[in-house]
Amino acid sequence: MASEMEEQGRMEQQFGTVITSKRRTLSLHLRETLQYRDLILLFVKRDWTAMYKQTVLGPLWALIQPLMSTIVFTIVFGNLAQLTTADTPGDYLLPEFLFYMIGNICWNYFSTTLQATSDIFWENGDLMDKVYFPRLVSPIAAACSRLISFGIQCGLFVLLWLYFLIRGGTSIRITPMLLMLPLLVLQMMVLALGCGIVVSSLTTKYRDLDMLVDFALGLWRYACPLAYGLQLIPEKYMGIYLLNPVTPILTTVRRAVFGFGFFDLRAYIVSWIVSLAVLLLGLVLFSHVERTFMDTI
Amino acid sequence: MEEWILKVDHVSKQYRLGQIGGTTLREEFERLHAKLRGREDPTRMVGLGDGTVGEPFLALDHVSFAVKKGERLGIIGHNGAGKSTLLKLISRITVPTTGWIGLNGRVASLLEVGTGFHEELTGRENIYMNGAILGMKRKEIDEKIEDIIEFSECSQFIDTPVKRYSSGMCVKLAFSVAAHLDSEIMIMDEVLAVGDMAFQTKCLETMSDVSRVEGRTILYVSHNMNTIRRLCDRVIVLDHGKLVHDGGVEEGIAIYMGAQERLSTCMEYGEFHERETSEDPPIALKRLEAVERESMAFERGAVVRLKLFYQIMRPATDIWLRFELKTAGGQLVGTVFSIEKLRFEGSKQTVLVDFDTKHLAPGKFCADIVAYRKDGLGNEELIDGVFPGFRFEITDREPEDQLIWLPQYWGPACLHPLQISVEEGSVS
Repeated sequence: MASEMEEQGRMEQQFGTVITSKRRTLSLHLRETLQYRDLILLFVKRDWTAMYKQTVLGPLWALIQPLMSTIVFTIVFGNLAQLTTADTPGDYLLPEFLFYMIGNICWNYFSTTLQATSDIFWENGDLMDKVYFPRLVSPIAAACSRLISFGIQCGLFVLLWLYFLIRGGTSIRITPMLLMLPLLVLQMMVLALGCGIVVSSLTTKYRDLDMLVDFALGLWRYACPLAYGLQLIPEKYMGIYLLNPVTPILTTVRRAVFGFGFFDLRAYIVSWIVSLAVLLLGLVLFSHVERTFMDTI
Repeated sequence: MEEWILKVDHVSKQYRLGQIGGTTLREEFERLHAKLRGREDPTRMVGLGDGTVGEPFLALDHVSFAVKKGERLGIIGHNGAGKSTLLKLISRITVPTTGWIGLNGRVASLLEVGTGFHEELTGRENIYMNGAILGMKRKEIDEKIEDIIEFSECSQFIDTPVKRYSSGMCVKLAFSVAAHLDSEIMIMDEVLAVGDMAFQTKCLETMSDVSRVEGRTILYVSHNMNTIRRLCDRVIVLDHGKLVHDGGVEEGIAIYMGAQERLSTCMEYGEFHERETSEDPPIALKRLEAVERESMAFERGAVVRLKLFYQIMRPATDIWLRFELKTAGGQLVGTVFSIEKLRFEGSKQTVLVDFDTKHLAPGKFCADIVAYRKDGLGNEELIDGVFPGFRFEITDREPEDQLIWLPQYWGPACLHPLQISVEEGSVS
C-alpha cells in the first residue's frame, strides 16, 4: 500500500527524499555516509578528546594498559606456566615480551572496537533521537577512534622491535610479509565492526546481549593464541581451532613482524570470508533496525 | 501545478503501548513460555491507563498536508497530539507506519539544549560538531564560523568548554549553527522557550528574514501563541493524532484554544509533558483539582484553592512554581510566582496552592503551570511544565457602584485601584 502511494506521489512531483515504511534488505546509504565523512572525523576527535581530557597522563594511558597486560602475561604464562610461544616447530629465538605484546595490542584493538560498536545505539540514543545522520557514521567513527590508540601502541612496539632487531641475537627477520600488515589491520577492523554491529542491532531489542559481550570477549580471548603459541594445540584439533577467525589474523601478524612462524593461506582466506560474512550480516541487520530502532530504544 | 517542498501524505504512526523500552531475552522466553501454557503474559505492564499493553496507539492518524517553499508553518496542538512524532518523521529519525513523506533539500532540526554538544569540547569545536551532525561540510562551517560566533553572542567564551556554559548560552550557540545552515527546511521544536527575551526576539526576526529573503521553509512548534503569531503565516492544528485545521493562523489558534472548551475542575496530565531538563526531572505533575468548587467559573476577586498532585522521582527542595496566565485567545496576561520554594520530599504527593484572581478581569483564561529551578546566574531550569495547566473563567460581580468590566477596551488585567486624596492645605 505504501509503495502504491509512493508511486502516486512520484507521478505528481519528484521529491529528493521519500520517507516510507518500505524496506529494502540492504539500503546502506553508503554515498550519504561518505558525505558525512567530516562528521566521522569529528566523532573520532570527540572520542579522543573526551577520553583523555582532564587526565594527567593523557594519551599515555593508551600505552599503560597493553604494557601492564604484557607484563602480567610474561610473568604468568611465560615464567610460571611456561607455555610455549612457538607457532611452528623449530628453534627460533624470540623475546617472550614481544610475543605477548603484539598479541595484546591486536586483541586490545579488536575487543575495544567490538565493545564500542556493540553499544552504539544506546550510547548515542540521545543524539539519534533528535537528529538524522547516517547511522553507520557512529560505528565507523568508533572503529576509527580506537585505531588511534592502536597506532600509539604499535609505535611503542616498533621501538622495542627495532631494539631487538638491531641488537641481534634473536630470530627476528624482515620479510616481504611485513607489507601485509595494513591488510591485517583492515581485517581486524572489518571483523570487529561486523561483530559489533550485529550485537548493536540485536541490543535494540534485547538489551541483555550487552552484558554478554564482555563475558563472550573474555572467553574468546582464551580461544585465541595470545598467551601461548600454536604449538600448544594438538594437531587433531587444529582444523577446528583455526576456524576462529581471529587466530589466523594473529598468527599472520606474528609471522609478518617476526619473519617466521605459522602461515596457512587456506585458513587465512577462510578467516577473511568469515570476517566479510559477519560484516555483511551486520550491515543487513543494521539497515533493518536503523529505521525504527528509535521507537523501541 | 504547484511545487511543494514538503508533502506529507496519509501518514500514520503507530506505537504499541507499553513497548516503549527494549526487552530482555529472559522476558521474551517468559512470554513464550506463558503463551505456550496459555497463561497471561507475566511481563505485561499493569496500570497503564485504560490501554492494554500491546494495543496499538496511533500517534498520528492519516495526516496529510503540503508545504510550499518559503512558507512558515506553525504546528500547534496539546501535549501528546502528535507534534513531536510528526517532526521526528519529517526529520527521518523514524519511519511512518503507513503513508509517505516527500521532501526536497536538506532538513535541519534545531536541536534541543545540549544535544549534539559535547561538554568537554569548546564552543568553537562544538560548532563544527553540531554543524557536521546537521550535515554541513567542514568547508561550509569554515566560511561561516565568524558569523555563527557573532550571532551566538558567545564570542567571549568560544574557546571555553561547553560544560561551563549556561543553558541559555547553549541554546544561542545551537540556534546560531542551525540558522546559518543552508537547509531548505528548518524545524524548530519549542527551542526558544529557553534563552532570554531579547535573544528570542532576535531569533524570530532572523527566522522571518531568512524565510522571506532566502525562501527557506520553516516548521515551528510552540505552545506560545504569540511567537506563532509573529512568525508563522499558516498553522496546522493536531488533536489526538488527527489534523483538525490547516490554514489561517488566528483560526487555528482559536481552534486549539477551544479544543478543551469544557472547564473541568479536575485536570489530568498524561505522560506527555514538555521537559527541558538535561537530567531526569525529580518530579512530575500529575493532576490538578479545584478544592470545593463545582466549576472553574470564579467570581472576580475570589481566592481559589487548588490541589496539585505530583509524583516524586527524587526528593527535591529547591523547586519553584509559577502560573503563566493567558487569555483564552492566547494573549499573555501575566505570571504569578510562588513566594517560597516547594519541598518535594517524603510521602506527600499533593500541595495546596492558593491562587488569587484579584487582578483578573472577567473573561476566560488559561494557566500554564511550570515547575522550575533557578541557578545563581538567574537562569532557570525547567523541571516540568503543563501547557495548559488549567482553564477557568472569571465572572463579573454584581456591579455595586462600578462599571461592568469591558475587557475588549480595558484589557484582561484589572490593576490595583487608584488612590485619590486631596493634599491637605491646598487651595481648591
